[in-house]
Amino acid sequence: MSAENTSGRQETAAPGSAPAIELKGISKAFGPVQANKDISIRVMPGTIHGIIGENGAGKSTLMSILYGFYKADKGEIFISGRKTEIPDSQAAIAAGIGMVFQHFKLVENFTVLENIILGAEDGGLLKPSLSKARKTLLELEHEYGLNVDPDAVIEDLGVGMQQRVEILKALYRQADILILDEPTGVLTPAEADQLFRILDRLREEGKTIILITHKLREIMEATDTVSVMRRGEMTATVKTAETSPAELAELMVGRKVLLRVDKAPATPGKVILDIKGLRVVDDAGVERVKGIDLQVRAGEIVGIAGVAGNGQSELLEVLGGYADATGDIQVNGQQLDLSGKLSDGRSRRARGIAHVPEDRQREGLIMDFSAWENTAFGYHRDPAYQSGILLNNKAIKGDTEAKMQRFDVRPPNPALAAKNFSGGNQQKIVLAREIERNPDLLLIGQPTRGVDIGAIEFIHQQIVALRDKGKAILLVSVELEEILALADRVAVMFDGHIMGERQSAETDEKELGLLMAGVGS
Amino acid sequence: MEVMPKWAEVILVPLISLLLAAVLSALVIMAIGEDPIEAVNLMVTGALGSTYGWGYTLYYATNFLFTGLAVSVAFHAGLFNIGGEGQAMLGGLGVALACLLIPWPHWTLAILGATAGAALFGAAWAAIPAYLQAKRGSHIVITTIMFNFIAAALLNYLLVNVMRPQGSMDPASARFPETVHLPTLHDLLAPIGINFSKAAPANVTFLIAVLACVLVWFLLWRTWLGYEIRSYGKSEPAAKYGGISPTAITMIAMLISGGLAGMMAINNVMGEAERLVLNAVEGAGFIGIAVALMGRSHPFGVFLAAVLFGFLYQGGAELALWTNIPRELIVVIQALVILFTGALDNMVRMPLERLFLMMRRGNV
Amino acid sequence: MDFLTLIQLLDSTVRLATPLLLACLAGLFSERAGIFDIGLEGKMLAAAFFSAAIAALTGSVWLGLLAGIAASMAFSLLHGLASITFRGNQLISGVAINFLAAGLTVLIAQDWFSQGGRTPSLMGGGRFEPLILPFAESIGTIPFLGPIYQELISGHSILVYIAFAMVPLTWWVLFRTRFGLRLRAVGENPGAVDTAGVSVVGLRYAAVMICGVLCGIAGAYLSTALQAGFVKDMSAGRGFIALAALIFAKWRPWHALYATLLFGLFGALETRPDVIQAIFGIKVQGALLGALPYVMTVIILAGFVGKAIPPRAGGEPYVKER
Repeated sequence: MSAENTSGRQETAAPGSAPAIELKGISKAFGPVQANKDISIRVMPGTIHGIIGENGAGKSTLMSILYGFYKADKGEIFISGRKTEIPDSQAAIAAGIGMVFQHFKLVENFTVLENIILGAEDGGLLKPSLSKARKTLLELEHEYGLNVDPDAVIEDLGVGMQQRVEILKALYRQADILILDEPTGVLTPAEADQLFRILDRLREEGKTIILITHKLREIMEATDTVSVMRRGEMTATVKTAETSPAELAELMVGRKVLLRVDKAPATPGKVILDIKGLRVVDDAGVERVKGIDLQVRAGEIVGIAGVAGNGQSELLEVLGGYADATGDIQVNGQQLDLSGKLSDGRSRRARGIAHVPEDRQREGLIMDFSAWENTAFGYHRDPAYQSGILLNNKAIKGDTEAKMQRFDVRPPNPALAAKNFSGGNQQKIVLAREIERNPDLLLIGQPTRGVDIGAIEFIHQQIVALRDKGKAILLVSVELEEILALADRVAVMFDGHIMGERQSAETDEKELGLLMAGVGS
Repeated sequence: MEVMPKWAEVILVPLISLLLAAVLSALVIMAIGEDPIEAVNLMVTGALGSTYGWGYTLYYATNFLFTGLAVSVAFHAGLFNIGGEGQAMLGGLGVALACLLIPWPHWTLAILGATAGAALFGAAWAAIPAYLQAKRGSHIVITTIMFNFIAAALLNYLLVNVMRPQGSMDPASARFPETVHLPTLHDLLAPIGINFSKAAPANVTFLIAVLACVLVWFLLWRTWLGYEIRSYGKSEPAAKYGGISPTAITMIAMLISGGLAGMMAINNVMGEAERLVLNAVEGAGFIGIAVALMGRSHPFGVFLAAVLFGFLYQGGAELALWTNIPRELIVVIQALVILFTGALDNMVRMPLERLFLMMRRGNV
Repeated sequence: MDFLTLIQLLDSTVRLATPLLLACLAGLFSERAGIFDIGLEGKMLAAAFFSAAIAALTGSVWLGLLAGIAASMAFSLLHGLASITFRGNQLISGVAINFLAAGLTVLIAQDWFSQGGRTPSLMGGGRFEPLILPFAESIGTIPFLGPIYQELISGHSILVYIAFAMVPLTWWVLFRTRFGLRLRAVGENPGAVDTAGVSVVGLRYAAVMICGVLCGIAGAYLSTALQAGFVKDMSAGRGFIALAALIFAKWRPWHALYATLLFGLFGALETRPDVIQAIFGIKVQGALLGALPYVMTVIILAGFVGKAIPPRAGGEPYVKER
């Protein structure tokens, strides 16, 4: 038990019936942003409790407070009925809380064993700690079926294995409560199922699990109870068995949601994009795309489904002109240079290819630049934006104002820095820049990641409208739902290969899920 | 929303940092048993109280303008060029070669040739670290530091073994011919009836430095090249996406930076010493770092900071002359400015941000 | 070249390598913990001055050593404050520290001693004297091995032996202790350390302070053992050569020893152009030889001879992410 217990006024109920975790009135603000507002929640021991909400709803902040990363401005935490202060991670660990972060917290060039003992060593010398950990690891393996080579170096392990190391780290510290933050983001559906089996096993052993996700399917499959968060507030906590995806979705966004996109059947025309035998090797010498063939026709949306990291990003980068590849790509019947010597993002744009990148904050926008500077980005050498040898700032600003109006960007202030817009409005700035160029081919990656529901509908409408103008669209998304709703045809990527193509009207999540795991075709 | 209004960011933060540096400097002066107010008086009289003082202040400021701009341009591309010192040394070599090898008929032509030589040699010295950064990923901070030492060794070798005139004991080049003598501010201002000190070294290069300020501003904020440099400095992945070549921008930004640092040599080598001596740069390359940090890498800010440091240098020399305070006081002040405006920036910023946040909450 | 010349050359190699080695190991601790330190030069300089000054004032070289270490640690604290607490730019902080030391040492030296920025020459107990190892005289008569023992191994100041002992000690601490594991982890992925319940700030401060202690000894060695007193700018770029050696050694303790010995040898050769001429038959300018460590470091950095990969979190202030 934690030394931080304030034993004065205990609200201990009979053992077993006390919640494993109880939060009362937690509030937290970051500067002017209220991330958590008066949140209360009870999680019973031996259950899997889901927390669902959109990006930015405050889920991660809440869990970070529970893990001692942040101090709540207001509110109380009770662990097994005892009021507990959690000023830092050390206290959280002492209170029996373990956390598996979305981005793993592993030292890449350390072995599994070294990572597991880090911070939980016994004594000043390493040797005894390491041999003790080796023994304990073996026991944990037996108990939970979590096999992993203790002497493997982390950077040589796959993501599924690395996640296992994270879980073992928590168990090694004798955690009774395990928090997992978006654990399936990097996993295939099969790996995710395996993870859920492990979680079931842990629950059977009496562990309490909090699963944070924005995926309804996982909540329905894996949890006993679920809490919904919206804009920093906890809107409901219900038994999973007594709710439905539709109800949860409504609770998440605060109104009825259209889970599908209104669009007419596609009328594909001539081939705009024709990829043959494309291979991409990354800087580290790893082959990421292993010979793919793909066509996109005018007037159709082709969706690329797949778990993140299976070559989709590299495909977009090659088409966007900033990664080298071998193979053959034609756009409008013209060969693209893939060597990187004759081409770059600019020459691709000149070929009528527009690109909404997967990560708008890293690639699509310069966050410190104003909206008008961002509107010229990538097209800044366009003659329309020049006057003599100088940039025509006036023309760019005028253009930005018009675009902001047409795409309903709020606030419509061209001088405001990109970082000061919400995720949805940032995406609208990028989208306006790329779509208004009237490209023949639009590449669009993760169009609605971190975007609020209202903007999602608008963005989907814009994409469909571009298709209906007879343009070719290549859509990459890790959200199967989005692919199914938006794409006319779906190609699934796994380990650098295209595992199969389906008409989206004739397939479902299950079939695609198998392809995403590299099974079938 | 921004936490702080722009004026606070641009003016208040640097001003407070500067104030902190000034207070600490005053404490240092007091600690060595001198009167800081008396010291400031001496510095002001010595540096600004006569055209002679102004002549030195502006002479130093000219050096710092070039090196400050050099560091700033690299900063905008996200590169920390500590190699201004070495680049300025090589710039000196370029000037010396231009002045000694070519028989210029008149200074107006000579200054063009010398500028070209200075910029070329400075840029060339920056080119190697730039190339290694762009193509091999070698950390440019370390390579430029190393290149400062290599430059010093190279110049030492050349001045002792190659460029030293026969019979001379000085490790220095021959004196430049009379025809390349640059007009001082005295020469320039006399025709319009202003009597400027004849002895002060400030010369026509000051005007070139000011021109460089304006050109750098145009480059950075009014041309697509400057736009690309700033984009790359803010985000390399975005630059790649936008069709901006990291290699090209790293090279171009460092060539401009090295060229600017090298151009300092028109002032100190051609304008003042009129021959190439050992250690001609005297740390001006490093002061460029302080100047760029204080000026927030903006040419106008760099101008103000360069003049301030020019004042400090001339004032410091006067102090050393009349009091027990050695010239090294300036090095201390320079260090404090770098510390507060650069490394401890957040120490000033964090409480200010909190203050503005409180004020906003109060208003709501 | 005769045997005795070789011994003399190696002897001066050891002397010149010692401050480099100490500073290099200092940098190793700091950079392995993710804090870049280009302020080694300044810390050495400050330590050189304060140890000479206190030794001159008290007549005790040991008090001088302590003062030097304290001065160096004060600068380390400043570096920690800027780069850990206030998450500033570590490189800029290092630059500032170098200038601060360069200026303050002369300023204070002038104020205290009025000798143009130097300290008085140290005599007697104000210096570290050479230690004559047991039986140096008698073993010295044995051919070959004797002179090696008497001239090369024996007869250095205590700080030299400390420096060399620091190599296995550093290795042991880094790779065999809990502290070392955590220190290496915080330089690779501070997030892993933080979430494991260990203080990133505490570890990094500890590393930076160890760096201060070692730089302090290095500086004290310069002014109280290698030379007898402080003169302006006496570190003369050694902090940067140590930094070069650190990169050369790819942040590994034993390799740091080899790298600093190599650079020490260059330093020794610089003063003996006759030896170079004897071996290579050409006259090499001392100035160019002095630049050799820098040139070699650039070549290493360029990755032409094995790539030097610094600790992954190096130079980045740690900010908790949501």
